[in-house]
Amino acid sequence: MFEIFGIPSTALFGQLLIGLINGSFYALLSLGLAVIFGMLNIINFAHGAQYMMGAFAAYLLLDWIGIGYWWALIVAPLLVGAVGVVIERTLLQWLYKLDHLYGLLLTFGLALIIEGLARNHYGSAGLPYTVPESLQGGRSLGFMFLPNYRAWVIAASLIVCLGTWFVIERTKLGSYLRAATENPVLVRAFGINVPLMITLTYGFGVALAAFAGVMAAPIYNVSPQMGSSLIIVVFAVVVIGGMGSIMGAIVTGFGLGVIEGLTKVFFPEASNTVVFIIMALVLLVRPAGLFGRRA
Amino acid sequence: MEQRIEATAPVASAKNGAKNGSRNWSEPLAFVIMVALLAIAPMAIYPMFVMQALCFALFACAFNLLIGYVGLLSFGHALYFGWASYLAAHSAKVWGFPPELAIATGTATACLLGIVAGSLAIRRQGIYFAMITLALAQMMFFFALQMKFTGGEDGIQAVPRGKLFGTIDLTDQTNMYITTVVIFLLGFLLIYRIIHSPFGEVLKAIRENEARAISLGYKTDRYKLMAFVLSATLAGLAGSTKAIVLQIASLTDVDWPMSGEVVLMALVGGLGTVFGPVAGAFIVVAMQNYLAQVGQWVTVIQGVIFVICVMAFRRGVIGEIAHYLKIKL
Repeated sequence: MFEIFGIPSTALFGQLLIGLINGSFYALLSLGLAVIFGMLNIINFAHGAQYMMGAFAAYLLLDWIGIGYWWALIVAPLLVGAVGVVIERTLLQWLYKLDHLYGLLLTFGLALIIEGLARNHYGSAGLPYTVPESLQGGRSLGFMFLPNYRAWVIAASLIVCLGTWFVIERTKLGSYLRAATENPVLVRAFGINVPLMITLTYGFGVALAAFAGVMAAPIYNVSPQMGSSLIIVVFAVVVIGGMGSIMGAIVTGFGLGVIEGLTKVFFPEASNTVVFIIMALVLLVRPAGLFGRRA
Repeated sequence: MEQRIEATAPVASAKNGAKNGSRNWSEPLAFVIMVALLAIAPMAIYPMFVMQALCFALFACAFNLLIGYVGLLSFGHALYFGWASYLAAHSAKVWGFPPELAIATGTATACLLGIVAGSLAIRRQGIYFAMITLALAQMMFFFALQMKFTGGEDGIQAVPRGKLFGTIDLTDQTNMYITTVVIFLLGFLLIYRIIHSPFGEVLKAIRENEARAISLGYKTDRYKLMAFVLSATLAGLAGSTKAIVLQIASLTDVDWPMSGEVVLMALVGGLGTVFGPVAGAFIVVAMQNYLAQVGQWVTVIQGVIFVICVMAFRRGVIGEIAHYLKIKL
């Protein structure tokens, strides 16, 4: 045990770890927002609610039919993603011709509905979800104790984030996606089914949020309002990073999580607000965002 | 340039603009009807309800000034409403300010906050503007949660109404009602004047096509900031008045659902209509009061209304009436 700037190392690294965990969720969610925004030109306000749906899906799968964490990690995002596809087909697709803001208002309404329904059924108190057996316990790294589950969350979200980046930036499918973002009419003229791509993109973005929700379930309790406070921070993350770049969203997400964690150690009063303060500073210095391109 | 939020109102106004030679009679007429209704309302409806709805109506009108006439969607208007409410309540209760000074204090606070938040938010457009305003409001929510004077979860309760100008006793319900109506009408008329002034015309030009407004030599950022500060200040006037009327300032007023509610009010009534936000505020406040027994379902119902309005009903109540009768409202 040693001290850094008068702070015991275990406390410092502990908060750093929490920061990385939060950063994983920021990264996954802002990545989903960026992917959806790129294709649909809609800011998905329901993203937080869909993250919460992912956590609830995991809880209910276990509670109703005994499906455990590992299967839930696959099944819950698929289920919630399917709900996303239905939302896109029935509601969102009619809004593309209109101002972007209507998409924001619609998804805000959806978020209210989803959250309200969850609160009616399960109350505001959190429901516990236990860490899967294979990831219980942890190891001592000498300078700190690292719970296995938390290490897994950071690793898994890094893999998913980088995988998404790879698919979008380095594969043929991704190049179709990027082309359709730039000019959907032209891409359609080449015989590519752009509306289907848009639908699946929304489903994928929503599934990412649900995936984050499943991973969050054992760390935070499963509760109806777990998404709404998070999504506002993620909006700030998106403003800081700019939505033009996939890698930008990932880096900003993890980076801000770490900064938030460090703030908790050195200046706990500001830990809730530090992301917003950084957002204000970035707006002053680089209004387009750190990775954004000026429109 | 993508289309700004317009959907309805601009089309109507453009049509009417063409035959602008004939004087616009529908808005003054609707105003007279509104004043008459407010005069007889206390006989039919619980006055406390009308006063509460009027505060929110002014709030919604202030919000509508931005979304309806500049095309900027602020998702953080609770910031100005709530903080003005806190300052008005604190100055009336702790500093012993008379109500007119307390309301002025709250309004000035909102004005200052509007200058700071506005100059940050107008650096980005469209969707980013909405996210920035929401994030800044959430930051100030956390400040309100942590600061001592706001009373945290309890809020500031039992705010004294006091004597207006040292003579009019506001604990008397009739006096309070008249005062609220007068404040609302003054705010409403100010917004009406702003919308119909040369300044307001420039705002509408920015909404329709900012690039062209810039090319015509308008410093659009200044106009947007000015509109933002006016909107924030008037939202603050509404919040301060609410603190005196309901004698309470609490976290509900600064939290993000309040920002969503004011969006809902303007949307239900009709974005970019003069009377829409007033109607919307009465509808939403009535819904909350009369649906109170169904508890949490209010959130779900609000969400459903959002979805219906966006999908099928983008003109809002007043917008639909105006469209049907082919008049301006």
